[in-house]
Amino acid sequence: MIRFTAHRLALGVLVVVGVVVLTFLIARVIPGDPAVTYAGPRASKAQLERTRRQLGLEKPVVVQLGDYLQGIGRGEWGTSYRTKRPVLSDLRRALPASIELVTAGLILALMIGLPLGLVSARYHGQAPDVLVRFISVIGVSLPVFWLALILQLVFAQRLGLLPSAGEYDPNLYYTSPLTSYVQMPLVDALLTGNIPVLESAFSHLILPALVVAVYPAGLLARMVRASVLDTLGESHIRMVRSLGFGDRAILGRWALRPAMNPVVQVTALVFAYSLANTFLVEAVFDWPGLGSYAANSLQALDTPAVVGVTLIVAIVYVVLNLIVDIAQAFIDPRVRLR
Amino acid sequence: MTAVAAPAPGRAGALTFVRRNPTLTAGVVLLVLIGLVAVLAPWLAPHPEDAGTATHPFQVLRPPSHSHPFGTDLVGRDLLTRVMYGARLSLRIVIEVLLLAGLIGIPLGLVAAYAGGAVDQVIMRITDVFLAFPALLLSLAISFVLTPSVGNMTIAIAVTWWPWYTRLVRGEAASVITRPYVESAQTLGVSHTRVLFRHVLPNSMTPVIVQMSLDAGGILLTAASISFLGLGAQDPTPEWGLMVSQGAQYFSTQWWFVTFAGLAILLTAIAFNLIGDGVRELLDPRRVITR
Amino acid sequence: MKLEVRDLGVWFADRRVVEVDSLELDRGETLGLVGETGSGKSMTAYAIAGLAPGMGARVEGSVQLDGRELTTLSQGAWRDIRGRRIAMIFQAPISSLNPVFRTGDVFTRALQLHGASKAEARTRAAEAMRSVSLSPDLLRRYPHQLSGGQAQRIAIAQAIALRAEVLIADEPTSALDVTVQAEILEQLQKLRTEEGIATLFISHDLAVVSGLCDRVAIMRDGRIVERGPVRETLTSPQHAYTRELLAAVPRLGEAGNAHA
Repeated sequence: MIRFTAHRLALGVLVVVGVVVLTFLIARVIPGDPAVTYAGPRASKAQLERTRRQLGLEKPVVVQLGDYLQGIGRGEWGTSYRTKRPVLSDLRRALPASIELVTAGLILALMIGLPLGLVSARYHGQAPDVLVRFISVIGVSLPVFWLALILQLVFAQRLGLLPSAGEYDPNLYYTSPLTSYVQMPLVDALLTGNIPVLESAFSHLILPALVVAVYPAGLLARMVRASVLDTLGESHIRMVRSLGFGDRAILGRWALRPAMNPVVQVTALVFAYSLANTFLVEAVFDWPGLGSYAANSLQALDTPAVVGVTLIVAIVYVVLNLIVDIAQAFIDPRVRLR
Repeated sequence: MTAVAAPAPGRAGALTFVRRNPTLTAGVVLLVLIGLVAVLAPWLAPHPEDAGTATHPFQVLRPPSHSHPFGTDLVGRDLLTRVMYGARLSLRIVIEVLLLAGLIGIPLGLVAAYAGGAVDQVIMRITDVFLAFPALLLSLAISFVLTPSVGNMTIAIAVTWWPWYTRLVRGEAASVITRPYVESAQTLGVSHTRVLFRHVLPNSMTPVIVQMSLDAGGILLTAASISFLGLGAQDPTPEWGLMVSQGAQYFSTQWWFVTFAGLAILLTAIAFNLIGDGVRELLDPRRVITR
Repeated sequence: MKLEVRDLGVWFADRRVVEVDSLELDRGETLGLVGETGSGKSMTAYAIAGLAPGMGARVEGSVQLDGRELTTLSQGAWRDIRGRRIAMIFQAPISSLNPVFRTGDVFTRALQLHGASKAEARTRAAEAMRSVSLSPDLLRRYPHQLSGGQAQRIAIAQAIALRAEVLIADEPTSALDVTVQAEILEQLQKLRTEEGIATLFISHDLAVVSGLCDRVAIMRDGRIVERGPVRETLTSPQHAYTRELLAAVPRLGEAGNAHA
């Protein structure tokens, strides 16, 4: 297992480096003068010159790349032209919000998709199966931003049941200030026992998380169904049946574990897609995560920020793939040999 | 005894096909309908000029009515027309992306599998880097860099999509290459390009075809998402995602602006997904179910 | 213990694959069911064990175990029969074991299903392993870490531990090397002599059947064309098909063999 993990880790690092190089080069192609963005539109020529030197824009691209890579390793991810703060600290504030949203969405998706898939497989060919399949097709065909708008309109604005934007009620900044440990309001409120914020954060999380969950839930339901059906056709299920186990034990244990293999594989993909969807959801629900940060940075031609976001997403994805690979090797011992 | 004539083979064949492949049939029917709307839009649409630069300042944000079944948008354009023309655009985008991604990805995959060794490694590492990214995000970035427009968005999406096909083709081709008839062709002195294109390619295509039919829906949603964020189609192009974003701020009072465009996306995506499922069922017949 | 089959029919859609008029298995005896691929011998076995509907087949007729009708049993009722009274072993031994669990996990849970406590299950499993000449340590392995012969012996051990009365063996040696085959056959012999288990042995291999079984039934196109004690039937076959099958068995020194 250790060798397996180390091997995967090394590959991951390689991939991340590749991504950084790629985005750095792309960012250099962005039209517009970063010096102007940084110094402001009213800067004088001399100020622009100084800014240019300050930002190292005069050096050849390769040198800039080299400097940047070195800086990354040291934890210096550059300064955002827009916010004037270190990119890393901007990210440190934005990333947890997105992670919170994606994770909540995925947990919801699992809670919905897994049982639906199992039901679908169990009643394969009958009414429940058809219903689940119908729902899941819609689930993976819904435009996320549209669903977000509709849910926001219906539940927040028309019915007033749930809040329509933000992470939690801004009034609580004063009445019940939150000490931040992990920059995730829900978790922090839980840790510090801040009930008002906890309630507010929770109610603010529901709608966006639900929207994020729809696509992966549909996907999971379909995958689980297909995988379980495939597994049920294998000889070891026949053996287990001949030993006396009934449908419940077979679906719940003997077919479930082997069937999870392809499902776990899909999870990494699903997470990536969900991360992208999360950005869309952030736009609609004013969620202060990476998506909003990336959108603002792109608009402002904020190269270090854009590269920073790209880097963090790449790292997250690589780490995620690693976790998935390890989980797979754990579930299915045959994988460890590869 | 009355003699019952056997049904003509064609009709019996078609009916059995429908019965055996309900999802595929449903998807195809839906897509054909959408396709018809797309193709016939210039003739079917009530106000074709509204798909372009026309504006009607006195008909801004009107609710659905007899003359404007889907209502009008923020500059008075007929939404039914724009949604219909949007179908033309969306179908075009999906086809172009698939073609482009295929044209890049498939040959690369073939080359990687056939050449093996260092070439293979390099190509696979490059695909790894591209695959390390959710398609939407990377295409957003590229679209931005290239200046947002429909054409550039298409290129951006295609550029993020080709690695999947390279991976798939490489995997399939790698096993096809080990098959006897390829070896015998090689020993007979057939040129490499010929072997690749006559023997390896046709036999490696199945997973790619399945994948492409499954991807169509995703490509549509990606394009709509990019346009929604403002980095794809620009006004006055009648793109569905763009229309949803334009209507977003009016949503609470003028519900029709967002609704119909979104529904169009939903229905088309459903059609594509049904077809994708159907194609996979058809070409992947390992469906022996035992309980 | 008596297993009786009467007028058994198995259908896949409109196609009838099994048409067995009668079949009997008494305590301690080994009955060989012989036929070529497609003769319906395996489906007969699955029908007896109640596995046929799960494969999409329709079953008609009667299968009685000590007078109890099996074809009409509910899912829940089968739990008392399968494993406990009727056990099965299959053709591809490693594929028949769940790849993501240690072999011992399935084994002990099966025993627990039929009433043993966890500790009891483990002891009985270990005992059964030893009676098929395997070390109980193998139970800690995953199926892909075992050889075909070991996997098949574990399957047999399961039947022993569960104290089944009937073992249905569906071509248990066809996928194994000849030397390993012999070991498995030895184990099956022991089952009869030491445990008194009745075996329904399905095979296409007349030679193997002749060595192991008391009685034999020859199947063709879903029907039994000849049956009887093994020695008699194989030395003086009555039916033309049986003669054909016998003639097809290669013998050393015959014309047509390369290494005469």
